[in-house]
Amino acid sequence: MGIISRGFGGRRRDSAPDLPPGQYLTHDFPVLSAGPTPRVPLDRWRLTVATESGQKHTWDWSELLALPSEEITKDIHCVTKWSKLGTTWRGVSLDTLFEDVETAADYVMAHSYGGYTTNIPFEDLLDGKAWIAYEFDGEPLHPEHGGPARLLIPHLYFWKSAKWVNGLEMMLEDEPGFWEAAGYHMYGDPWSEQRYQGD
Amino acid sequence: MVRAALPGRLSWRAGTVSAVRQETPSARTLVLEIPDWPGHLPGQHLDLRLTAEDGYSAQRSYSIASDWSAASGQVEITIQRLDDGEVSPYLTDVVEPGDQIELRGPIGGWFVWRATQPAPVLLVAGGSGIVPLMAMIRDRGRRRARQPFRLIYSVRTPEDACFADELRRRVRDDPGLDVHFVYTRKTPDGWPTPPKRIDVATINSHGWPPDFAPDVFVCGPTSFVETAADILVALGHDPKKVRTERFGGA
Ligand SMILES: Cc1cc2nc3c(=O)[nH]c(=O)nc-3n(C[C@H](O)[C@H](O)[C@H](O)COP(=O)(O)OP(=O)(O)OC[C@H]3O[C@@H](n4cnc5c(N)ncnc54)[C@H](O)[C@@H]3O)c2cc1C
Repeated sequence: MGIISRGFGGRRRDSAPDLPPGQYLTHDFPVLSAGPTPRVPLDRWRLTVATESGQKHTWDWSELLALPSEEITKDIHCVTKWSKLGTTWRGVSLDTLFEDVETAADYVMAHSYGGYTTNIPFEDLLDGKAWIAYEFDGEPLHPEHGGPARLLIPHLYFWKSAKWVNGLEMMLEDEPGFWEAAGYHMYGDPWSEQRYQGD
Repeated sequence: MVRAALPGRLSWRAGTVSAVRQETPSARTLVLEIPDWPGHLPGQHLDLRLTAEDGYSAQRSYSIASDWSAASGQVEITIQRLDDGEVSPYLTDVVEPGDQIELRGPIGGWFVWRATQPAPVLLVAGGSGIVPLMAMIRDRGRRRARQPFRLIYSVRTPEDACFADELRRRVRDDPGLDVHFVYTRKTPDGWPTPPKRIDVATINSHGWPPDFAPDVFVCGPTSFVETAADILVALGHDPKKVRTERFGGA
């Protein structure tokens, strides 16, 4: 459509050529979630991968920390239109977690402390594309931002990077998670502006 | 988990500004006529897109301030001006009746109040976070719903309170609605306490006890929402009954 807004010039601070369409740069770290921030004591923290055949693989906090970790520097893009460039995290690649997991499923439902869920195609979690992150900027991940650990899938809108993650459930069929059931896009590619269903 | 009604394809449409209303020295309401608007639930927001002559465009989200009745067919948003912002100064200072704005929505199926929910309601607003909560108060009023509502509304100074006259009138006419202000920088003359931020005592004395199992809606800047939601959980409210909407910013 493209109605011109009379007298609107825009401020265009920090217009960065490498931003997906519709995004603007932020230097602080906005917080968006649907409810209060869960506080999960480390001695009670667990992450479980459940396959479609009912097999469960569980890591506790010390087991997670014992796995090989990586430092990851990536741009992140929130569906509410802020982007943050060059954010640095430490975490465990999902390739590492899935090494011994037998599955034929194509989809994953991520579950979180607090009840949040989000669905992701399995292949979007593999080949160095996704992590369980537990440090941000060299510090333990703050609860507001999903600590002790969150999913990190930088190539999708950030609502897919479930905070306070505690489970990955393999699914043979795709199913909507929390925001997806409320009308958000099933996939969420920032470069194609897949914000809502039908985008 | 939510299984809200799926909104249809969210396509952009042109809305026309039919009136503007100054709410405070720095906040303004735009009344919009949007053809074929499907209606909305209180708490939902819309996305708005501005385009400059050279094609540069910016999008922002704004909560819907008005309740929906097909009879009026109008949608209102209330914008708080951020002096160094890109979009809000345009909406509060430049836009005038007759202008067209691209919009899409309604969006959001989680941070909504439905008149069929029987629980008492606690609303906690910081600054412009009042906007979606006002839509809930208005919806309750129009439907003459019986659920008792309590609003705790934190503002910097008395002049910064949006909808102050309407809230006063509603409280006077409606015993089911209770409003408590928190002033963080300057209080009205004769106010019993010095300026302060929202704290445990405020929510304890002006909210509902957790065993009433109220539906709680908290909205405002991120740090405000974090503080208020943490207090609510510490006081014993079920985190699943505490819904939050964060507007970004400090
Ligand atoms: C669901 C939702 C509902 C909302 N509802 C409302 C509502 O009802 N009413 C309302 O008033 N607002 C609402 N908001 C907030 C609104 O979307 C905008 O964020 C707000 O109006 C500010 O936009 P802006 O373009 O004026 O400011 P921006 O230009 O986006 O700036 C915002 C702040 O960030 C700072 N900033 C921006 N860019 C930079 C930079 N590059 N470097 C340093 N600082 C920077 C600015 O100084 C400013 O203080 C809502 C937000 C959401 C997510």
